[in-house]
Amino acid sequence: MDILVCIKRVPDTGGRVNLTSDNRQIDTSNMEFTISPHEECAVEEAIRITEEQGGEVTVLALGPEGTTEQLRESIAKGATQAILLQSDDDNWDAHATAHAIINAVKDKKFDLILMGNEAADLGQYQVGPRVATMLGVPCATGVKALQFQDGNAIAKRQDGNNWAVFELPLPAVVTVKEGINKPRHPSLRGIMAAKRAPLEQIAMDAPAPKMVHKGLKLPQESGDQVTMLGEGAAAVPKIMETLKELGVL
Amino acid sequence: MTLVYVEYQDGALTEASQSALSVASMFGGPIHAMALGSADAEVLKPYGVEKVLHVADDRLNTYAPGAAGKAVHQVISSQSAETVVAASTASANEILSRAAALGDWGFASACTELSVDGDVVNLTRAIWGGSLFQEAQLTGSPKLITVDPNAFAPQQATAPGAAEVEAVSVALDDADFVDQLKAVEKGEQQGIPLASAKVVIGGGRGMGSEEAFSILEELAGLLNGAVGGSRVATNNGWRSHSDQIGQTGTQIGPDVYIACGISGAIQHMVGCKNSKNIIAINKDAEAPIFQRASHGVLGDLHEILPALIEEVKKVKGV
Ligand SMILES: Cc1cc2nc3c(=O)[nH]c(=O)nc-3n(C[C@H](O)[C@H](O)[C@H](O)COP(=O)(O)OP(=O)(O)OC[C@H]3O[C@@H](n4cnc5c(N)ncnc54)[C@H](O)[C@@H]3O)c2cc1C
Ligand SMILES: Nc1ncnc2c1ncn2[C@@H]1O[C@H](COP(=O)(O)O)[C@@H](O)[C@H]1O
Repeated sequence: MDILVCIKRVPDTGGRVNLTSDNRQIDTSNMEFTISPHEECAVEEAIRITEEQGGEVTVLALGPEGTTEQLRESIAKGATQAILLQSDDDNWDAHATAHAIINAVKDKKFDLILMGNEAADLGQYQVGPRVATMLGVPCATGVKALQFQDGNAIAKRQDGNNWAVFELPLPAVVTVKEGINKPRHPSLRGIMAAKRAPLEQIAMDAPAPKMVHKGLKLPQESGDQVTMLGEGAAAVPKIMETLKELGVL
Repeated sequence: MTLVYVEYQDGALTEASQSALSVASMFGGPIHAMALGSADAEVLKPYGVEKVLHVADDRLNTYAPGAAGKAVHQVISSQSAETVVAASTASANEILSRAAALGDWGFASACTELSVDGDVVNLTRAIWGGSLFQEAQLTGSPKLITVDPNAFAPQQATAPGAAEVEAVSVALDDADFVDQLKAVEKGEQQGIPLASAKVVIGGGRGMGSEEAFSILEELAGLLNGAVGGSRVATNNGWRSHSDQIGQTGTQIGPDVYIACGISGAIQHMVGCKNSKNIIAINKDAEAPIFQRASHGVLGDLHEILPALIEEVKKVKGV
């Protein structure tokens, strides 16, 4: 089975976020980059499926030059091909992104396209279903269990305490959520090989978004101060007092 | 005309859809509502809904995002809706994404603030799981918008609407139902669910091992709580992913969350921001979690927790 996985490079923000001076983006100086856990699981799922059934995994990302890092990491884990749709522009909405993806892969054939349920940063919940609709193929979103039977993908998503089951003939688009699998770490050998692996790079024209990005805004801090209850085991009486005050003891 | 796509659960209009209905008047012009399957029109009157467009196709009674998206696309087009509003739910976002793709329309999901400026809608969206906000503009027509129900309280209109039901026909082929819901499998629920627990004890990298979580289990047992963890805890295989608190895990909202050996990354904190109180136990005074917690304890959790458990046992008489 030949699988396309769409991933996006995002900053690994940690405990604190500052914005650039024009408030347009996260200030990423001294920050590492990563892909969303959902997409990491999409890559893992694709590699697992091809390990079982044969076929190739192509990873595709639309983003700046640095995105080659996330593409190479996916190759190190077992993806066979990588495509970078290179753009430094920060104005890619779901509509423009879906068009760019479709354009890039329209001459290629995939049995399955895997994406994240939502991107870690913009979280639009759209690119997967948009791509499926534009390709005219079935789609299931938020999937946490994926199997194959008689040429169909059996995709399950959690609905409260229950599982909603969808059965999609291939080709199909499936968007996944973290928890569907436990992503592997790349092997040292994989990392070495990925360094030299060829990447297909396509320079993108400026996007034509329908939703125009204007800037970012930090949430309002509550301003409440933490009450320190003490240090080490000596704090236990204070913790007990607090638990009683809060009504849980 | 503003079209509100509304959802019902067990026959009742969802609270999230009430939020969506509440913002519709902002766009001016008449408000129409649309639901898939049979819908109670009466409950829409207080929101100023003039017409309820009823899609007469029983096949839509079972969730079918492809067919539903096509139906919504056809209704938006045939009724010339300028703005389309729904609650930002998994189903509405999926269905509107499909409609938007068919029409090549703009769609802003998870909006928390909206204002209209002529042909432009200025909006704020929750991003990074709600830990940051994007400001954006939606142009063109129609504009598709889903609103974060937590950001808009349900509010009735100044004048009620007639909510007159009008049947609309849509052309759907069997092929449009190819990705329809096939079955629902019952899951089993063990213990207190993390999402609704009144007390949550969370563990992160500082726990050090899977075994160490048994002390959290013990404390949770005594306090009638549930155990959760950070992504490091789930990634290391110390806990199953269903126990993960955060952006790509579960959202919790307990009375008390005791976070042990967790640094307080924003992706973790968005998952517990609805906690009434957060008691952070961390050995690093500089850990970001002390900026977001209500209570803090500095020190080694492996010393603090066993001592705490002893005291709790005494009080409980066990
Ligand atoms: C898109 C995205 C989504 C994410 N989603 C999630 C999510 O849903 N949930 C989530 O949790 N994370 C998520 N993450 C990961 C997140 O950014 C952090 O990496 C993670 O939360 C860190 O986990 P931690 O606090 O356990 O580990 P660390 O950050 O390593 O912190 C460990 C803490 O334990 C303290 N400690 C160590 N030993 C002890 C001891 N003996 N006693 C007391 N304290 C001790 C240390 O001082 C430190 O503060 C996401 C990341 C990204 C990029
Ligand atoms: N710039 C991008 N490059 C590649 N894939 C993307 C990009 N943006 C979004 N995607 C994919 O689409 C999914 C949903 O994105 P979104 O609709 O923005 O929440 C993500 O999880 C990715 O799999």
